[in-house]
Amino acid sequence: MDAWALQREGDDWRLSLRGDWSLASLGRIELDLAALPPSSGGALICDWSQAHAPGLGAVWALLERLRALGFTPARIRHEGSAPLSLELLARLKLRADTAPAPAATPGAGAAAAHVRSPAAQRRGLLDQVGRWAVLQGREARGVLEFLGRNTLVFRQALVRPRAFRPTSIVRHVYETGVTAIPIVSLIAFLISVVVAYLGAQQLANFGATIYVVDLVTIAVLRELGVLLTAIIVAGRSGSAFAAEIGVMQINEETDALRAMGMNPIELLVQPRILALMIALPALTVIADAMGLAGGGLLSLVQLHIPLPQFTERLREALAPTTFWAGLIKAPVFAAIIGTVGTYRGMQVRGSARELGRLTTVAVVQSIFLVILADALFAIFFEQIDF
Amino acid sequence: MARAMTSEPVVRVRGLVNRFGRQVVHDGLDLEVEAEEIFGIVGGSGSGKSVLLHSILGLHKPQGGRVELYGHDMQHLSSSERQAVVQTYGVTFQNGALISSLTVAQNIELPLREYHADLTDAALSTLVDLDLQLVGLPPDAAAKWPAQLSGGMVKRAALARALALEPKLLFLDEPTSGLDPISAAAFDELLLSLHSELRFTVVMITHDLDSLFRTCSRVGVLVGGRLVVDRIERIADHPDPWIHDYFHGPRGRAAQARAHG
Repeated sequence: MDAWALQREGDDWRLSLRGDWSLASLGRIELDLAALPPSSGGALICDWSQAHAPGLGAVWALLERLRALGFTPARIRHEGSAPLSLELLARLKLRADTAPAPAATPGAGAAAAHVRSPAAQRRGLLDQVGRWAVLQGREARGVLEFLGRNTLVFRQALVRPRAFRPTSIVRHVYETGVTAIPIVSLIAFLISVVVAYLGAQQLANFGATIYVVDLVTIAVLRELGVLLTAIIVAGRSGSAFAAEIGVMQINEETDALRAMGMNPIELLVQPRILALMIALPALTVIADAMGLAGGGLLSLVQLHIPLPQFTERLREALAPTTFWAGLIKAPVFAAIIGTVGTYRGMQVRGSARELGRLTTVAVVQSIFLVILADALFAIFFEQIDF
Repeated sequence: MARAMTSEPVVRVRGLVNRFGRQVVHDGLDLEVEAEEIFGIVGGSGSGKSVLLHSILGLHKPQGGRVELYGHDMQHLSSSERQAVVQTYGVTFQNGALISSLTVAQNIELPLREYHADLTDAALSTLVDLDLQLVGLPPDAAAKWPAQLSGGMVKRAALARALALEPKLLFLDEPTSGLDPISAAAFDELLLSLHSELRFTVVMITHDLDSLFRTCSRVGVLVGGRLVVDRIERIADHPDPWIHDYFHGPRGRAAQARAHG
């Protein structure tokens, strides 16, 4: 059944509205209304006596359609249990019609939410490159400013040690360090077992399985221990920093701190970075130890190298600098992870989506930068023969 | 919008009990909201107004008692029946709770798209336009993000979203809190005019005494884990000392004087 039926009635038209006119049927009603013929003189009588449960949206759609067809409100009469909302809607219509230009085109604002302006679609390559460059420039300035503020806070804290916020640092050492011990230990142990196993298979071809000890110890102490730890910590704590500070940004907590004359960098950012610079080296030492244990265990079980022989070989394999070559990188990685995490957190503005995006960016960037820094360290150590 | 014909209360709460640890928030609370009235809920901070609202909405599972909406026991409905009831009421939260990653228009469209998948984009934008006009927001608000709106606009946008499904029942959690007196008064008038023409039922939590006296026909005061309910004209004369203090403090007297003068 159609939602309407149109009949001639003397000079006028009678529009009988039939069937369900609730919001649920609006899709069908819209289609039906599109078939309504244009105005041809005379008044229009809307007969609501057969319409069931007329809803706000459907009545609105009808009025909208009638207006588009040229029926002015003065030419429309309503009969038979007209919906309560008619008066309200007619008033809204009147206001919309008399309002200045933007309001006179209903739906324009809503449409703009979905359709990008043609200008935006025509953006050329040059335009995009330009935008990208400006964005990167701004980003670089933002990072520089953030680092500058951090340095400033650090310098002030040197004169006023209370500004290091020791309580906060201890809390973050616990959260980023102590609670990470199990997962870091487990992963360091397993990875070094894998490395030792692979090495043993290859070295057995040359009858040189004893060099597994060299392989494992050097790999773990110089690279794997610190790198794995940094990546785990970036995933655990870098994301946590960004999310915590980001939510505080959204809740205006950072603004509140500023308004109370406190510096969010001093209260939120610096303790996290410093705590990480304490926790990450400590975790690295643990990872190193677990890695060596893993190598030792595999040597014992798989290669039947007894522990005394393992430790003796270990001493011969290690230069005095090997351990430090790994450990010295830890605070640098920590600074990278902490800075990226807190910086992205401080960048959060307004919405939940922004928080998710920047947390992701924080983790991805800190892992990338850690690996980049590791490569630079490798070249540097090679050059200075460390 | 059909006028409710039954005398059955729209919201009925029986013997509601809510405890957090040893703190008893609701101790056998009863509530009945009649069709087409505007019912105000007031109470001190921490007296359990929001918990009551959350219990009615099914966002919080009470330790005891029944909650009925339109005679349906909300705790014992199948999920599809629940869905059907949920679509008949609209809710606004204290801070608007607009989805921050969607524009105002998309926020209003959200329930429409979810429950009326057959609506065309043109119909949706017509409806969004209608809802914005109903709550008195300018058309250019549609494309804005929630973060770009002022406090008053957030409240209106939240109301627009609550009205999108043409509900018969509205729950408003502190709709005028954080608004300047002019915006708050405008919100009251908006609510009254919509109510007089759309005839929905309103359950409103409020701390705003002016708003309470202007809009509500009956009031429930949360005292000692229960609701003391009376008509707005008589509630101030209730013997309970807290209620007396609430309505006869300097602000209460001023609001009453304004309402009656």
